Amino acid sequence: MEVFLFYIAGFVSLTATMLVITRMNASHALIYLIISLLAIAVIFYLLGAPFAAALEIVIYAGAIMVLFLFVVMMLNLGRSSVDQEQHWFLPRMWVMPGILTTILLLEMIYLLVAPTSSAGISSSGTAVSPKEVGITLFGPYLITVELASILLLASLVGTYHLGRRYLRARREEIA
Amino acid sequence: MQSEFIMILPVLLGAMLGAAALVWWERRLLAFWQDRLGPNRLGPFGSLQIIADVVKLLTKDDWVPPFADRVVFTLAPLAIVAGMLMGFAVVPYGPGLHIIDLNVGLLFFLAMTSLAVYGVLLSGLASNNKYALLGGLRSAAQMVTYEVFMGLSLMGIVIQTGSFNLNDIVQAQEDMWFVVPQIVGFVIFLIAGIAETHRLPFDLPEAEHELTAGFHTEYSGMKFGLIMVGEYLAVILTSAIIVTLFFGGWLGPDFLPPIVWFSLKTAFFICFFILLRAALPRPRYDQLMSLGWKILLPLTLLNILITGAVLLAMEG
Repeated sequence: MEVFLFYIAGFVSLTATMLVITRMNASHALIYLIISLLAIAVIFYLLGAPFAAALEIVIYAGAIMVLFLFVVMMLNLGRSSVDQEQHWFLPRMWVMPGILTTILLLEMIYLLVAPTSSAGISSSGTAVSPKEVGITLFGPYLITVELASILLLASLVGTYHLGRRYLRARREEIA
Repeated sequence: MQSEFIMILPVLLGAMLGAAALVWWERRLLAFWQDRLGPNRLGPFGSLQIIADVVKLLTKDDWVPPFADRVVFTLAPLAIVAGMLMGFAVVPYGPGLHIIDLNVGLLFFLAMTSLAVYGVLLSGLASNNKYALLGGLRSAAQMVTYEVFMGLSLMGIVIQTGSFNLNDIVQAQEDMWFVVPQIVGFVIFLIAGIAETHRLPFDLPEAEHELTAGFHTEYSGMKFGLIMVGEYLAVILTSAIIVTLFFGGWLGPDFLPPIVWFSLKTAFFICFFILLRAALPRPRYDQLMSLGWKILLPLTLLNILITGAVLLAMEG
């Protein structure tokens, strides 16, 4: 049963991701990207990681994608950008990425069906509770968490700096 | 497992009927507080006004503007209602009375409310209208901002309980409601909850004096009805979560069954939401944003820090 659900969620996420790439309208592409992230959250849940699934929705689908959509709304892309996209997005652009992804797909199918495969899906995976995630994150992986937070702090300071320059220029303009 | 499936229908019915009843109840209460009568003609105390409203909405011309993005325009109101209804799945209504007992229940609630944002955003974007777009933009910024504190303000409770499970959180309030030790978290969650449901006084995405009707300017008929229902569902869900997290959920003295305690407490907070609408003026948009980032965010972080420190000191 869980294997079926896994394949359904996998199919949805793959199809949605394909549609993200091929849509000409930016807001439609974003909606498919959100669907793809939701499907990945379902996969996380099935593999016994409810905490990762919840965070996938809260952070990726619920916050980061909202910001993407925010930018799309700010730019207010209309008919003209769709035409432009159509002009840029030619069939011959497909060839190289197509070949490369087919190789990867074949490799993955081989890994799934190969008898000695260790990458097969096990529906007997044990569920990991939020507490265990926390203990692992702040135990053996503490340095990674700290490095990630330093990276975020750096980007925060950088963004603030860029904004400040803009604000100062504006203030001088007014004065 | 079986009993949990059976719960789906009553919860769904209860939430939808509650949302419908609120359409009338809100107008009556507002009228009471503003020294008016409100709808009082149809049925006892005007309660049949709901049916009249539904008939009106269903028989109205359901117009999709020719310049709108048809598919997204139609799906957006559904996303609002679906997201909110999903949130009801993790609320514990009584001992053992819940649809699903998730060990990440609190995060599930936050996830579903954050998905409901898309309904508002996409309806604003798909309407292809300047007022709707501005309303959608405002709600995007407002909701992303307030989602941050909404999640963080609850972390004090998670620290005290040691669990994201809503049933565990209710059980942990046997001796004392969390509103006492987590009063800061409660106030911040309440403010964030109002901003998330974009109810007055924080209804800037649809501020009618400057944006006509904001993100739902172009909506008519039952599509508009769905947006209204979504808003009332959000009010009920937020009240239910406030009760569960800060006011002991279904816990209460023995002379009333737990589900009655839960309903009474939830009804109290729904009325409180309506009172806020009657009593408070709308802030300016920049005031709303700077209140969030400059006051509420540091307060929330301080709350988490102090809760953690106190707990550590008590254990050590």
